[in-house]
Amino acid sequence: MITDALVIGAGTAGLATATRLAQGGLRVLVAAAGEGSLPLAGGTIDVLGYGPGPVETPLSALPVFVEANLGHPYELLTSPEELAECLEWFRRLTGPLGYIGDLSRNHWVPTLLGGLRPAGLLPLTMAAGDLSRGGEVVIAGIRGFRDFHSPLMASNLSQATAPAGAAIEARAVELAWPGPASDLAPFRVAQRLEDPEIRRQLAAQLRPHLGRADAVGMPPILGRARTAEVHADLQQRLERRVFETPGLPPSLPGLRLFDRLRQALREAGGRLVLGSKAVAAMRDGRAIRSVTITQASRAVPVNARVFVLATGGFGTGGIVRDQHGGLSEPIFDLPVAGPADRPQPFGTEYFSDHPLELAGVSADARGRPLGVDGIPFADNLYAAGAILAGARPWREKSGEGISLATAYRAAASILRGES
Amino acid sequence: MTLIEKWAAGRLTESEAEWVRPSLDGCIKCTVCESACPFAAATPLFPGPKTVGPQEERFRYGPLTADRSVDYCSGCGICSRVCPQDVRIAEINSRARARLKEQQGIRLRDQLLARPDVMGRLGRPARPLFNWIMAAAPFRAAMEWTLGIHRRAAIPRVAPRTFQQWSRRHSPPPFPDRVVYFHGCSTNYFEPRLGRLAVAVLEHQGIAVDVPPQGCCGLPLQSNGNFPAARAYATRLARQLHAVPDSQPVIASSTSCGLMLKREAREILGIEDPALADVSRRTWDIFEYLRELHERGGLRTDFHPLELTAAYHAPCQQQNQLIGKPALDVLALVPGLRLIELDRDCCGVAGTYGVKREKYDISMAVGDRLFSDIRDAAPDLVLCDSETCRWHIAKATGFTVIHPLELLHRAYHGY
Repeated sequence: MITDALVIGAGTAGLATATRLAQGGLRVLVAAAGEGSLPLAGGTIDVLGYGPGPVETPLSALPVFVEANLGHPYELLTSPEELAECLEWFRRLTGPLGYIGDLSRNHWVPTLLGGLRPAGLLPLTMAAGDLSRGGEVVIAGIRGFRDFHSPLMASNLSQATAPAGAAIEARAVELAWPGPASDLAPFRVAQRLEDPEIRRQLAAQLRPHLGRADAVGMPPILGRARTAEVHADLQQRLERRVFETPGLPPSLPGLRLFDRLRQALREAGGRLVLGSKAVAAMRDGRAIRSVTITQASRAVPVNARVFVLATGGFGTGGIVRDQHGGLSEPIFDLPVAGPADRPQPFGTEYFSDHPLELAGVSADARGRPLGVDGIPFADNLYAAGAILAGARPWREKSGEGISLATAYRAAASILRGES
Repeated sequence: MTLIEKWAAGRLTESEAEWVRPSLDGCIKCTVCESACPFAAATPLFPGPKTVGPQEERFRYGPLTADRSVDYCSGCGICSRVCPQDVRIAEINSRARARLKEQQGIRLRDQLLARPDVMGRLGRPARPLFNWIMAAAPFRAAMEWTLGIHRRAAIPRVAPRTFQQWSRRHSPPPFPDRVVYFHGCSTNYFEPRLGRLAVAVLEHQGIAVDVPPQGCCGLPLQSNGNFPAARAYATRLARQLHAVPDSQPVIASSTSCGLMLKREAREILGIEDPALADVSRRTWDIFEYLRELHERGGLRTDFHPLELTAAYHAPCQQQNQLIGKPALDVLALVPGLRLIELDRDCCGVAGTYGVKREKYDISMAVGDRLFSDIRDAAPDLVLCDSETCRWHIAKATGFTVIHPLELLHRAYHGY
């Protein structure tokens, strides 16, 4: 197969790079082993939440953070303004999802257990969940809906304190599901909520409990294709702002983002193949000539002018670890940076520091991964997203920011080189 | 090489049938497959591919079966494609369904639906009667009650002459480049014109087409749980195609039957036959082959402009070939033609699934978004590579649905 650009991976970084390249006029093929990380993602775009203390303004915190964390992917940014421009592009790209926010301040949104955490951009359906200024909220669960315990969330939220010190008052309401119990898988509940009659019945149950509450929190089930309509309708019926809290996978906010990015890629003329694995690469002097991907009965080389590696980190197979503890990058055999000098990849406790989190590839200022000699591995190979070494996205709340920033950067370098 | 070593080596080919069951250990219960499954979303009777697959497979041992809902899996294969952990979910479920049928027996309707070649052979001598009965509402109602074939399900008309009959009288031009054409049952008995167009388009490129005698690939038998018969059919077909001298590409115009040869016969049915292994490696979807030809500079582009709008739906079994959408890539070369990509995973019919009385409504619910996309786009034509999907979409939407090959033929000949 022949294309201008082959992007490997269909998470935030892969789809963003691919869409940007397709918008720039390149023929783009995205090959991914599966649907990737987005169905598991919470749907917020986190840029920098902890550095290590809670971050109020990512714009001013970023330069300090980069200085204290040399080798972090954010070091590739020339300035925070570049990230701001990239987030603006993302907001335009995902228009129908209505993302709000910028680098001037973080939002504080509830976690599934009723804690508060910093988040960067919020989709429209989560906007009213910003409890930075405190307030009175009702958390509405559905009896029998697994993994969402509104009393637990509400009681913990009531003890949490918003950053400004304003108090949060949260009450739990448990609704009876107006349908068969077999409906209660998240994707089915979301689909059923696209029916106005189901919303009417839920709203009728909920209304008497609202009192003076400013907003109503619900699990992330507000539809998949018609979310804006479901959300607006519920707000109207309840005469309150309604927000989605995070939930366990499958995560509808993440799936909606996947749907939207996939659509944006298609509209820009790009092609996506899911279920195809990149297994080997052929090089020709300073350039990668082809990457071999699997099909139903063959493995075929894809010839392209540029290649983008966006396979993610250790968690998604972008970096693998053998039984002797050796770390490798399986497609190009790029040198793995990060925890190399640490004898133990894992900390002793679940929440302790795990050096393995830092594992990944290093890249130059244009986003090209480095070879053993410290110079770019190939002239036409770029890397974006969680495969880049030196970040602790879960701890820093920086995952989507890193993915978008490095995708934007790689795409810009490629398009500059092409013109 | 042990399985673990193969796994560690990244499994360069996905051919190992023995990998299917152990792959469930890779399941991290992320539920990506459940949220992507169009059938789980359409009916609570199917709890989802993870539940009946990697989860319940642990409880299937010898004659023991966890539950019967796996029968509501359509085999569309989307779950395996979206799984980030390479768990062979659809394959596990297909095998589980076959074991269920081994215990329950396969009902008469499913035995019939699973043999399009028999239907074609028996229907042809009594063709006018067969076609009339299949279009007559009272008979269809009776068929629904007696057999369980839904009265509104699309049933094809039997053609007066088979494609094989035509091809026996057709002498291939003496071109040095040759391919073997695998036409499938539908082209042979119901739509022989499609086969003639395929031959014409290939000959237009200066490629001679061999059409060896060939039977059914066994896919409908496999989806209806009759593995022993499916294995016999697939093996026989592979040997028939293999018997053509010299190693040549095998070109398939039916995407589901092509996928059967490429992967499913090996991976789901577990057939280890050297003829199949060889045919499998050199099977191409016809548009995959034409795109490759174009990339090598060998595709003729003497197209007449086609001033029309066509919306393309890639069937699930086409997408499972992991070749992208070559029909769109090739048709994009036709001047004047406006193409719309319908980005839906499945039309709902999944071969014989949506024809069955108890599953017809589910199949319509699955196809609902595709149908409304088509109505919204209001194209002049709808394109789709798989026959059962074409019939289903045409019946559900009222739009004309043709194989993209037919449009390509029109572009070459300007009609």
